[in-house]
Amino acid sequence: MSLLEIRDLSVTFGGWRGAPPVEAVKRASFTLDRGETLALVGESGSGKSVTALSILQLLPYPSARHTPESSIRFAGEELVGGAPARLRSIRGNRIAMIFQEPMTSLNPLHTLEKQIGETLLIHKHMSGSAARARTLELLRLVGLRDAESRLGAYPHQLSGGQRQRVMIAMAIANEPDILIADEPTTALDVTIQAQILELMRDLKDRLGMALLLITHDLTIVRHMAERVCVMTQGEIVEQGRTADIFAQPQHPYTRRLLAAEPKGRVPPADPAAPVLIEGDNVKVWFPIRSGIFRRIKGYVKAVDGVSLKVRAGSTLGVVGESGSGKTTLGLALLRLLDAEGAIRFKGRDIAQERQRRLRPLRREMQVVFQDPYSSLSPRLSIAQIVGEGLRVHNLSASEAERRQLIEETLAEVGLDPAAAERYPHEFSGGQRQRIAIARALVLKPRFLVLDEPTSALDMSVQAQIVDLLRELQERYGLAYLFISHDLKVVRALSHEILVMKDGEIVESGSTERVMTAPEHPYTRALMAAAFDLAAVPAQ
Amino acid sequence: MNDLPPADEVKAEAKATTALERKDAVGLVTPARIPGQVLPPAGDTFLGRRITPLTRRRLDNFRTNRRGFWSLWIFLVLFVASLFAEFIANDRPLLIQYDGAFYFPVFRNYPETAFGGFLPSEADYRDPAVKQMIDEKGWIVWPVIPFGYRTITDAPGPYPAAPSRTDWLGTDDQGRDVLARLIYGFRISVLFGLALTFFSSIVGVAAGAVQGYFGGLVDLGFQRFIEIWEGLPVLYLLIILATIVEPNFWWLLGLMLLFSWTSLVGVVRAEFLRGRNFDYVRAARALGVSDPVIIFRHVLPNATVATLTFLPFILNGSITTLTSLDFLGFGLPPGSPSLGELLAQGKANLQAPWLGITAFVVLAIMLSLLIFVGEAVRDAFDPRKVVR
Repeated sequence: MSLLEIRDLSVTFGGWRGAPPVEAVKRASFTLDRGETLALVGESGSGKSVTALSILQLLPYPSARHTPESSIRFAGEELVGGAPARLRSIRGNRIAMIFQEPMTSLNPLHTLEKQIGETLLIHKHMSGSAARARTLELLRLVGLRDAESRLGAYPHQLSGGQRQRVMIAMAIANEPDILIADEPTTALDVTIQAQILELMRDLKDRLGMALLLITHDLTIVRHMAERVCVMTQGEIVEQGRTADIFAQPQHPYTRRLLAAEPKGRVPPADPAAPVLIEGDNVKVWFPIRSGIFRRIKGYVKAVDGVSLKVRAGSTLGVVGESGSGKTTLGLALLRLLDAEGAIRFKGRDIAQERQRRLRPLRREMQVVFQDPYSSLSPRLSIAQIVGEGLRVHNLSASEAERRQLIEETLAEVGLDPAAAERYPHEFSGGQRQRIAIARALVLKPRFLVLDEPTSALDMSVQAQIVDLLRELQERYGLAYLFISHDLKVVRALSHEILVMKDGEIVESGSTERVMTAPEHPYTRALMAAAFDLAAVPAQ
Repeated sequence: MNDLPPADEVKAEAKATTALERKDAVGLVTPARIPGQVLPPAGDTFLGRRITPLTRRRLDNFRTNRRGFWSLWIFLVLFVASLFAEFIANDRPLLIQYDGAFYFPVFRNYPETAFGGFLPSEADYRDPAVKQMIDEKGWIVWPVIPFGYRTITDAPGPYPAAPSRTDWLGTDDQGRDVLARLIYGFRISVLFGLALTFFSSIVGVAAGAVQGYFGGLVDLGFQRFIEIWEGLPVLYLLIILATIVEPNFWWLLGLMLLFSWTSLVGVVRAEFLRGRNFDYVRAARALGVSDPVIIFRHVLPNATVATLTFLPFILNGSITTLTSLDFLGFGLPPGSPSLGELLAQGKANLQAPWLGITAFVVLAIMLSLLIFVGEAVRDAFDPRKVVR
């Protein structure tokens, strides 16, 4: 008998007052054995998180409902509709869970000692020095350095990776039989991600836990899981051994998912093309002020002396982890942030130009942001959003001409021109990103800053957006500054790469050279973490 | 009542988006262009305008709060009725048929001579002689309450006279019908409150927008100014100013506006501080859109929610301020129908409890209705509130 057996699990939401109920999970069945790692993989909205939450019966009942034949058996005990007291004794004790967002899943008002001590107190009735000793042991186990001095620390004093380690320490505090990890590394940088995964694998072996890993990232699945369940639209369409599924996917959805990883390379760019935008020793320093007179005590060097060149028709990929200053660099080049040093656009220095005089240039340099949900004003229609630039720059003689330009551009990015009268909330993430691209493109710019345009999107949508960007570059000879932490996407789109760390350039060169033969140790660590999930000790 | 779809539709709509996302995600992998792409169904409408599911959710939330919903309707009925006070309580008839011709004294002045009298001045329809002349050759249709707010009734003294068959709520200390004055007083209170709320929102939102959007020194200076300005003792200033000028409706409105605009600045400023960092505001700046356009088109709509939530409470505060000024005798000019003045009369004539009780009940009902509406609006905009 397996440790966890799920049979015909269905979850339905809503369905009152005549509205149709939503089936989030449809008759899912799988098992999990002791010491095994099972991955639940799927895109957003596929029902994988709901499945995980129903194991612990943590869904918002009664608005969520299970069908009568749904069954979740943990060590032979039925959990669906279990007594609340019984469920509480299992949660956090025999089945523990780690959530995606380490920033919000720790209580900001409690010290580490208190947070971890709470689980110990509830399930093990451990307190005082015994709990303290156990907490220390756990923190050492999850590899938090200076554990002793960190006991009194608050979550805001820790980095994202450290917080996730604390979350894991809390989860394994009672040596659970099953650890459910819901996208445990999605919010983390690649090098940290590799370390956390390494830690989880290590702990699983040491404590003999079963690991249920929920993720959208196929690389993680490949490296971590022994078996995999592929979910889409609430159904498990395929399950089996990881190696088999990756080698011979049976279901069409699995095949599409595997094919959707950004592939291909950009066609070579003309190395003699004119330099469109050039930054020379660009610096963005934010002053740190303190004291009554707000004297400047020091600077946060967000971008510190970066020089770069982007030629017409080519892409410069900017790679780095969060906080490395890549977004700041992009905004500074567009003069959306004030910067020192020289920024030359088509040979003209714009670093010190006044905003009013920059306005005509804005037509030629545009930006696409990361989050398509926050970059479109929810109260304007698509026509208003895309048409705003035309209005500002007087690019259309008449209402009809503007309308036509908007519709042409929407068609260009692969949207139905009839979408013009709709509002952003009516579109999916991928469609919204197309709208954001259309907003930039309608002005016929020469230079586009793409700030993580694919990070907030599902895998297969990412691939579509990458294809679209490549196609648009070829057609219009656009120059891109492509900012991303995702090296796979960067490889698929960039001619040259610039690796940033702490506001400085660590390494730069052609994509092939940097990817295949990285020179700097940091670049090497980054590549290893991204493509092989190999944890390299941080310097 | 039941023409609106249930609140769960919001959830369903949200799910519809995910379903579509899946279509985008899975169904169409390779082509950058998506021919004949399926768009989600068009949104629903409210009062003929297309609305977002969010607005629909808020409307449904408001409707679910039955106390607030009914309070709004009762208040609207009372307010609209009071707008037509001239047709309800007036010392001029609605319609006269005299000698085969129709007369509309509510709308027009007629000399007494028109009805066979001797005086070329306006007819006094309450004069028994005039009544008799008209009755001889036609008929009169009176409003339900045949007194205006200034009319001295026929009630036998001493004033204030107790409620009677003619004066349903009695008369005040000058022999004027309390009910008639109440209707006009209600109207002037609400109108004053609405006007004050309207103007102070405009000023407050503008000030908050400028502070929040530009931030920095502008914000710092403006905030200190508001702190000092709010520290001024408003009532004393109003009393002093009221002794210098003869206050009428517009003067009072202006004076109170001087001090009431600050109430909204804080929330609007906070919304703008938040809103100016949104990606779509950045995107607009990258497009080269100018500051005023960004403020109005992109950031201001975010502040409307905070503003709307506050409005019923500001309206309440405005009405209370006017009433208290009237009560102290520094408000509307003498003779104006006013709830505050009625309260003052009630206090001066404790032997005539109908004055005080009437004023209290009307004020209590009006303010409670508005608070209930305000509560419902606030809850409707609360994203954590779930409709069941």
